[in-house]
Amino acid sequence: MANVFTNIGDWVTERAPNMMPAYRKHMTEYYAPKNFNLWYYFGSLALLVLVNQIVTGIFLTMNFNPSAAGAFASVEYIMRDVEWGWLIRYMHSTGASLFFVVVFLHMFRGMMYGSYKKPRELVWLLGMLIFLALMAEAFMGYVLPWGNMSFWGAKVIISLFGTIPYIGGTLVEWIMGDFLPADATLNRFFALHVIALPLVLLLLVVLHIAALHEVGSNNPDGVEIKKGPKGNRWDALKPADGIPFHPYYTVKDLVGVGFFLLIAAFIIFFAPTFGGWFLEHDNFIPANNLVTPSHIKPVWYFTPFYAIVRMIPSFLGSAVWGVLAMFGAIAVLFLLPWFDRGQVKSIRYRGTGYKVALGLFVLSFFMLGAVGAGITAEVIPEWFGNVDVTFWENLFGRTMTLIYFGFFAFLWAYTHFGWEKTKPVPERVTTHD
Amino acid sequence: MANEVVDHGRRRFLTATTAVVGGIGIVSAAVPFIKSWEPSARAKAAGAPVTQSLAKIEAGQMLSVSWRGLPVFVLNRTKAQLDTLPMVDSRLVDPKSDGASAGQQPKYAQNEARSIKPEWLVIVGICTHLGCVPEFVPEIKPEPFDPDWKGGFFCPCHKSRYDLAGRVFNGVPAPKNLQVPPYHFVDDSTIQIGVDPKEAG
Repeated sequence: MANVFTNIGDWVTERAPNMMPAYRKHMTEYYAPKNFNLWYYFGSLALLVLVNQIVTGIFLTMNFNPSAAGAFASVEYIMRDVEWGWLIRYMHSTGASLFFVVVFLHMFRGMMYGSYKKPRELVWLLGMLIFLALMAEAFMGYVLPWGNMSFWGAKVIISLFGTIPYIGGTLVEWIMGDFLPADATLNRFFALHVIALPLVLLLLVVLHIAALHEVGSNNPDGVEIKKGPKGNRWDALKPADGIPFHPYYTVKDLVGVGFFLLIAAFIIFFAPTFGGWFLEHDNFIPANNLVTPSHIKPVWYFTPFYAIVRMIPSFLGSAVWGVLAMFGAIAVLFLLPWFDRGQVKSIRYRGTGYKVALGLFVLSFFMLGAVGAGITAEVIPEWFGNVDVTFWENLFGRTMTLIYFGFFAFLWAYTHFGWEKTKPVPERVTTHD
Repeated sequence: MANEVVDHGRRRFLTATTAVVGGIGIVSAAVPFIKSWEPSARAKAAGAPVTQSLAKIEAGQMLSVSWRGLPVFVLNRTKAQLDTLPMVDSRLVDPKSDGASAGQQPKYAQNEARSIKPEWLVIVGICTHLGCVPEFVPEIKPEPFDPDWKGGFFCPCHKSRYDLAGRVFNGVPAPKNLQVPPYHFVDDSTIQIGVDPKEAG
């Protein structure tokens, strides 16, 4: 029997001589630093969620009806009448939110350990493109059930483009294919959501991993294992502090997968709407173009960016500034490798200023999320009584917006003018024995 | 047949012209795909004028009429409500609708009340910020979003505020006053939305 497999292997190798070496290059002979910690689970978990979204998505399209007249009813049909349809849909909707959870943590890991720095700028840029594609994918997916929040979410997000001077109005009509979100809009979003953007996402993920494997993984110490001593148990020329990705990290990642699936299963079975955070209550009402939901807010993962749009007032007769600020909030993340001129990668050896700034940045991100989700509008009158809510909410939100952008300005000045007092970086990863 | 000497100039020219012709071809071929996203003939045809009777709208009441899929608010303003308009002038972005909002109404509605007949306000109920439908909040009383509220429209999406003539307040995200659609009075108690008075002749 083993002989048959060997023969088939030889047959393939004779005709495609680089296939097995590619597997070795990316799995058994990809030497990753041996000191990965908990933060290194989220890359493989993101891949897991991507597979989940594709598989459950394919099965949802089998019963979904992409038309303004039929979409809402077909989603209810999936939930009530299709065998196990509820499970497939909740796996998909929960997967969408958990995708952002793991991607945010994955990005934070990159910031914390300086994984965006030379020579990994390209890995970071490709990752940011994945984030952008993921946001477009999530937005269009949210429109498909054609609930009232789907409709108004689509309307608000598409209208962002309407604030662009001169071409805005035409552009909005072009995107919607009508004068308001309608059948044409739903149909094209369906096409983009199920085929165009997933193809883009898959391609970007392949490039992201290929670019990573060219330069090798960073690690919690932020030292380059390729520059350290050579020779490990498997190869005399490979980094001494590297271990083969397979089986070492595949097995480690399986532990993370098990833990992650436990949490995901709990949400899917016991709290699929997550108290209105993963699936909003207003989206269980069919789309109505004449009534805006009274508490319109995007799904949680867009709330920090949504808050920035809200916090910037119109100026010179145009509302484009809030929109520019929102896109700017993403653009500065793209440029992070160039804002940060520091040579030391990991937070373990960076100056106190950096640690405080990163902490404030995370805080501002959460607080902007709270503003965008409407939490501040609720708690301000509760905590402070009869005050001008709009004034205090704007003051708070604008302060947080300043901190968000201030992080990048501070980081540049801090590293450019040499104010940062770093600790000595070890020669090798700290756990090398 | 092999050329002894490679003519690099000629090769560059051929490469460049091939690239240009190919590029023009790709751009031209993209046009139908891009144009296919524009509103279709069916979507455009659905934008016909709408006729609405005013007979049953009491003073202070508002009706929402669908025109081109957009909500059009028809509000019968009371004398007291009309009196609030000059009171908020100083807090508005463009009280006379001749600045940023000059294009937000037909000429015949470019006045203090932003209407043909002062009591009848006809506006598109779409926030000029990002297109939500503002709520009608007519009572003159302190509101959580404005302690000095004189009645008007409040957008739940990004908290933009408008007065009872659809004029936008200072310090909110919306840049312009609410749009007044073309409309005219067919008779004393009927309006047609979508057609100017002179066109109706």
